Amino acid sequence: MEILMCIVAGLLFAAAVYLMLSKSLLRIIIGTGLLSHGTHLMLLTMGGLKTGAAPVLGEHASSYTDPIPQALILTAIVISFGVTAVFLVIAYRAYQELGTDNMEQLKGMETDD
Amino acid sequence: MINLPILPILFPLLAAVLLMFLSKSVKAQRIVSVIASAATVAAAWAVMLKVKSEGIQTVDMGSWPAPFGITLVSDMLSILLVLTASIITLCVVLYSFRSIGSGREAFYYYPIVQFLLVGVNGSFTTGDIFNLFVFFEIMLMSSYVLIVIGGTKVQLRESIKYILVNVISSAIFVIAVGYLYSVTGSLNMAHISSRISEINDEPIITVLAILFLIVFGLKGGIFPLYFWLPGSYAAPPAPILALFGALLTKVGVYAILRTYTLFFYHDQPFTHDILALLALLTMVAGSIGALAYKDVKQILIYNIIIAVGVLLFGIAVMTEESIAGTIFYLVHDMIIKAGLFLLGGIMIYIAGTSNLNKMGGLIRHYPALGWTFLVASFALAGIPPLSGFTGKLLIVRAGFESGEYVGAIVVLLSSLAVLYSVVNLFMAVFWKKPEVPLPETNKQTASLFIPAAALVILSVLYGVGTEAVYPYVMQAVEALIHPEIYIDAVLKE
Repeated sequence: MEILMCIVAGLLFAAAVYLMLSKSLLRIIIGTGLLSHGTHLMLLTMGGLKTGAAPVLGEHASSYTDPIPQALILTAIVISFGVTAVFLVIAYRAYQELGTDNMEQLKGMETDD
Repeated sequence: MINLPILPILFPLLAAVLLMFLSKSVKAQRIVSVIASAATVAAAWAVMLKVKSEGIQTVDMGSWPAPFGITLVSDMLSILLVLTASIITLCVVLYSFRSIGSGREAFYYYPIVQFLLVGVNGSFTTGDIFNLFVFFEIMLMSSYVLIVIGGTKVQLRESIKYILVNVISSAIFVIAVGYLYSVTGSLNMAHISSRISEINDEPIITVLAILFLIVFGLKGGIFPLYFWLPGSYAAPPAPILALFGALLTKVGVYAILRTYTLFFYHDQPFTHDILALLALLTMVAGSIGALAYKDVKQILIYNIIIAVGVLLFGIAVMTEESIAGTIFYLVHDMIIKAGLFLLGGIMIYIAGTSNLNKMGGLIRHYPALGWTFLVASFALAGIPPLSGFTGKLLIVRAGFESGEYVGAIVVLLSSLAVLYSVVNLFMAVFWKKPEVPLPETNKQTASLFIPAAALVILSVLYGVGTEAVYPYVMQAVEALIHPEIYIDAVLKE
């Protein structure tokens, strides 16, 4: 099961990298979303899957899942949600101001003006 | 147990919340900002005295005992950096009154600056690796807002790249923490450190070391990963640039210093050699940029990269002396970079451009500004008795003693490049006869000049008073060279 999850996470990463290398700003943002999904899946797999019980079942529980990765993922999801929201707003504003969402045309460094 | 170490995080947080409700009144925002920043400085000072007299201070959040809950740890290194960051924020807030513009002031500039300070102070203080990630994110979120606030075209264009780079590095950070957790089974930094010494030479630890180097290198701007830095940092106005240049990259350097002394000191021939090599390339790349550009902002920004290289080299040598030099240089560089960016901001404000070819002759009307800038430049280059000297001396001497001749020589040469670039900047802005005469407006700059000059004076005092600072720095070095001290203090064994 862990191996399968690792492969899924890897596929998500591959898709994310492909999207982030494209020229359209919206695709790039979707890429960052997939990247964080891959990361969270990876984190879940790190704690081990399969144990088949809730995280905390009192002191003498015979089987339980490690609660730490779940806590970490929860935090990471909230953060990536916030960052994606900010990113979308800034991207939309940039599109309005600059009139393009093509990264080719967003190259910078005209220091003289 | 006392809760003192949390105060430098709590004050700016409360102030930021309060400031969000005061967004209608700019005057109230200014007053609250100054009071909160001054209170943070005072709190940091109090914690520093406490750490000096009683050793490392820890707070277990929610009273969960050490390896299980989140622990805040104020050792001397943390608190020195917290104090420096708080002082810089206070000066930048004072400088912002006249320079940031009423549009930005009305749109939550002051609360976001306080949030940035929460993130920075938290990153310096926390003793939990995942909590470090959270504080990094607080800091980055604030920096996303600060880089785009005002919404000019350049800012919008550059903020997209800045956010993208940092989102990717955050993802790698989470993965690295996940790997570290699966290897050691803990998130508490002291606990991780003792677990790693038990499993010792596992190749996975070396992999983790490189992963963390990529993450923190992206924030700190080390050689192949600094590509985003010059473009993004040049976009926002001077006070924000000063905060970024002085604080953000240094948080990355601090994180490298912490992890490479606490976690990854077992495979030094590999990890620290890579660190040394990257440090040299960083210095070279930074020097090339600093010498090539004819722009006030770009020259100063490339000087950030050179300084990061010097600091990394100090970490890579990893002897008691070089770590001491690194800490001396880290504090010095934060203060003087903030000062230089603020002075640079005044120069740009007066001349109306940041292009060196269009500036000149400022010394006639602004002599105090000129000579202060020259002193700051000398301090940056490390001319004795100014503040850059001690740190560089210790780093270079440690480099020669441990046989890293090439590195030590590159550090010395990079100082020459720094000196040439900033003196060149000084001559072009202040002495050269301008091609097009500058508009004779005689702008009022006193309220901008005072906070900037205060930082330069602080830097001079730091250099002249090295003897007084020395015991504090050595206490910080002690805990870095002997991780057991840090571990015992946190786990209370």
